[in-house]
Amino acid sequence: MSAQSFAPEELYATVIAGLLDGLDHVAVGMASPIPATGALLTQARNHGATRVSILGNPKGAQWTNGGAELFDMAGRGRIGAFFLSGGQIDGSANINLVGTGSYPQSDTRWSGSFGSAYLYFVVPRVILFRWEHSRRTLVEQVDFISAPGQSEPGVYRPGGPVALITNLCAFDYDRGRGRFKLKSIHPGHSLEEVRDNTGFDFDVSDAVPQTSAPDAETLAILRGPVAARMRTLYPVFADTVFGAANAQSA
Amino acid sequence: MFAHPSDLAAQIGDASAIIMAKGEAPDTPLAIVHDLIRLGRRNLHIVTLPACANPVSGMAVDMLIGSGCVASIETSGVSLGEVGSAPQFTNAVREGRIAITDATCPALYAAVQAGAKGQPFTTLRGLIGSDVERHREDYRVIDNPFEPGDPVVAIKAINPDVAVFHAPAADRNGNIWIGRNRDLLYAAQSANRAVITVEEVHDTDYFDDDKMAAGVLPAAYVTAVAHVPGGARTGIPGRISEHVAAYRQAARSPEGFASWMSGTLSQVAA
Repeated sequence: MSAQSFAPEELYATVIAGLLDGLDHVAVGMASPIPATGALLTQARNHGATRVSILGNPKGAQWTNGGAELFDMAGRGRIGAFFLSGGQIDGSANINLVGTGSYPQSDTRWSGSFGSAYLYFVVPRVILFRWEHSRRTLVEQVDFISAPGQSEPGVYRPGGPVALITNLCAFDYDRGRGRFKLKSIHPGHSLEEVRDNTGFDFDVSDAVPQTSAPDAETLAILRGPVAARMRTLYPVFADTVFGAANAQSA
Repeated sequence: MFAHPSDLAAQIGDASAIIMAKGEAPDTPLAIVHDLIRLGRRNLHIVTLPACANPVSGMAVDMLIGSGCVASIETSGVSLGEVGSAPQFTNAVREGRIAITDATCPALYAAVQAGAKGQPFTTLRGLIGSDVERHREDYRVIDNPFEPGDPVVAIKAINPDVAVFHAPAADRNGNIWIGRNRDLLYAAQSANRAVITVEEVHDTDYFDDDKMAAGVLPAAYVTAVAHVPGGARTGIPGRISEHVAAYRQAARSPEGFASWMSGTLSQVAA
């Protein structure tokens, strides 16, 4: 792989890393290899100043109080950013991890809400991600609110969504307006494609830039120290994105 | 306290409320789960702490549900982790064959820790405005008594009948070494009883060594423990992800699930 070409995952991770500048501590949930890559990229760029805790693997986080520790830390404001996805995400940034149609006998049933109904409220920068940008996933209104994008006045809510990254584009989330605004479109995709595949209404400025491709220095960090760490945490993902370990050292 | 492996499941009767850990470490009591299925247990209530969304923990819950052992479940999530969705869980919920109580991870930890302390409830932020909260009778939005105008959610404590898990080791006095997997401690403290399999038994007392004692579930919480090497992967001969993927493929249909289970149960009984 030359320095000019890059995998889509490397682009998404670079976008994510750009949202984590200056944070003391970033946590990454289960089954989130691309957010993990982005968080580790931030950490490598600032020479370890950002602490990164990655769930789902005993090697991923230096914690000692079981699964509750993430939530305890978040409740005390010790986690600056976290990542959430959803089977459905709507234009008000509500997320649905439970299922479609009625409840509890859903048409499609997903695994469950996990920590979203808490972390979305207390982590200052929650970054939403969904690698299938379609009208099936990005809907006008979710069928079940695992965690709401907005809260009524008076509800304790220091945290919430700041962005949504998909395989087509990046949105910013404006908490004041309660709406997504298109921030950039990934190389090879168009505004029409984004509109055609988004089920909710969003704001667009006159000239939407293309998402910046990772530069040579970024790719070197991704394929060097970040890839090495990812091999211990997400070996299948690392082999797929960064190539097999042997090929890499050749 | 030390029991024969085949006697553990007898401690868990029909309609028991059982609490199971998340399976990130190899703590899923798969050997006991097989015995519960073999004994034809019915109307179990499962509480996951806080989810069973790793391949083996998700498969264990899926097997209990598919075998008709489960009436209800409280969970933040059930899946086979990176392998994919849990087919019997998914179908049973969609068809209304089990009652599901959807939770969020920190609410389950809060409820279990309140239960461990013998308190009736605790409070938690978040949740307000979610459908998770809206569907729960045992979550109540109350006003913070110390800061009026600050709504918080009161979460009822959970005290399951029995905690069931696999742990790395026990000493000769029935103290269980859990390392930093503190979820096992909270599960046992909240439950009325704890039924445990261990990978190893050491002829020592962990309290003679502070470094070991720091990672111990004291024997005071332990009802029955048995030495079952590989008890968290009974019937899984090779790579876990490949085995669970094959299970998932089979378990998508009732016939495939029945055939997989009869094969697994006859194999582990042999």
